[in-house]
Amino acid sequence: MADVTVSASLAGITASTTDAEIEARAAAAARKHSWLVVFWRLVVLALLLGSWELAARTGLIDEFFYSYPSAILVRLWELIRDGTDEAPLWYHLWVTMKESLLGFVFGSVGGIACGVALGRNKLLADIFSVYIKIFNAIPRVVLAPIFILLFGFDIWSKVVLSLVMVFFVVFANAFQGVREADRAMIANARILGANGWQVTRSVILPSAMSWIFASLHISFSFAIVGAIVGEFIGSRYGIGFIIQTARGLHDTAEMYATILIILLVVLLAEYVMTWVEHRLAKWRPAPFNEAGN
Amino acid sequence: MIIESPAIELRNVSRRFLSPEGKSFTAIRDFNMSVAQGEFVAVVGPTGCGKSTTLNLVTGLAKPSSGDAFVFGKPVEGIDKRIGFVFQTDALFPWRNVIDNVTAGPVFRGLGKAKANDKARDWLARVGLTRFEQHYPHQLSGGMRKRVALAQTFINEPQILLMDEPFSALDVQTRVLMHDELLSLWSGAKASVIFVTHDLEEAIALADKVYVLTAGPGTVKSIYPIDLPRPRIVADIRYDPKFIEISRTIWNDLRDEVKISSARAAA
Repeated sequence: MADVTVSASLAGITASTTDAEIEARAAAAARKHSWLVVFWRLVVLALLLGSWELAARTGLIDEFFYSYPSAILVRLWELIRDGTDEAPLWYHLWVTMKESLLGFVFGSVGGIACGVALGRNKLLADIFSVYIKIFNAIPRVVLAPIFILLFGFDIWSKVVLSLVMVFFVVFANAFQGVREADRAMIANARILGANGWQVTRSVILPSAMSWIFASLHISFSFAIVGAIVGEFIGSRYGIGFIIQTARGLHDTAEMYATILIILLVVLLAEYVMTWVEHRLAKWRPAPFNEAGN
Repeated sequence: MIIESPAIELRNVSRRFLSPEGKSFTAIRDFNMSVAQGEFVAVVGPTGCGKSTTLNLVTGLAKPSSGDAFVFGKPVEGIDKRIGFVFQTDALFPWRNVIDNVTAGPVFRGLGKAKANDKARDWLARVGLTRFEQHYPHQLSGGMRKRVALAQTFINEPQILLMDEPFSALDVQTRVLMHDELLSLWSGAKASVIFVTHDLEEAIALADKVYVLTAGPGTVKSIYPIDLPRPRIVADIRYDPKFIEISRTIWNDLRDEVKISSARAAA
């Protein structure tokens, strides 16, 4: 539950005030606070969008480059209704999602497996760490043209690019998480009778899980970056393809509308991931003031 | 007549370490210890005298640099299934609830989940935690977590019980309760115990024999048999004149080592 600071509402409390009264007052104060936050968030949004719209309409900014909110919404609706010449919007979205999800799943499974293997084996870690450092120094997007050459215009070139973007982040965190696993806890498991695999499964993996999850949050957006950059370079379908086509047609409203779509997708994915993490981490103590953000 | 071999025997063992900077140092040297079957031995000594090292040699988690370690007359090779270990720090698995922590040992050793649960409920009842089987460790007090750790260890029915300052993190009142809890579990299990502590009164109240170690590198300075009658009530026994007398004798011995150790730490 909300761990709300009540000091502001404590005025007028005497020795005869009951606990129920204090609690009711604190709850009311908390409700008031969250309404206030929602109200001001909406005000800020309206101001931003309103001034954008106004600036474009009055010619203060060039609508050719910046477009404006109402035009973007109209274009978004047209996109949803009509799609592009090649395919409906949903098909483009589906292609991009398929590429990012496959890249995300393969990349994170591979990252976790390699991270745990190297974290558990010092010799392997010493041998491979230098190569991983070298490969990690390559900015991943420069590989996109090569992957297009190797794997063609279909989804697989984007899947591989996504995979590479995700792999290193997850690998680094899984490796670190394994290294941080508590020595006493491992010794305890071994003395209780666990063999090597049981130690990995019941001590190492769960204790590395919070590290791994932290990386999964960032790496899903990395997976989408991989897919879209791949689509920029060469593709027939996908969100990146729509943006690239719109750029060719100087249709800025369409570019912004597409950005809006992908933004919503990433937010949704983030929400799902947080939900899953909370389900898996019910053993952890609740953070202070969970509702206070 | 068959001579019963001691449950634990350390013969002239030394254990040397490499520090992270690559320097070699000796944790214990020429160390001799023998624990009879069913005997409760406490080991006291100043900080850093290698008390915990002796326990690791018995578990097989560490190997002696020289000398031999025996368990029931056989050299220690790997981790012996007859050994239980209670750690100083919290070594419970925080992502498992209480009952899954207690069943860990039997399940690792291949017992079915249902049978392990029955067994665990029995042990949770003995440590008074029946109502808490679905709780997670972070929801329990320090004393309750230690009880879970005891149940987790005792469910494997160890014949040898190694304890590394298990109650040092608890407050004084809880610690005394845990002492009585431990003694009653021990008298039921009849295990041989090595209990490492730096609290002399705790050592005397619990043990049949107290080993005093020298400042590091640790070796045995003296051995004191504690002939206080059992069953003991730990909360009361510390006011027994005999307890006070034993305590004074051992402290006179231990004090010099503590001084050496703290002088070194200050240097």
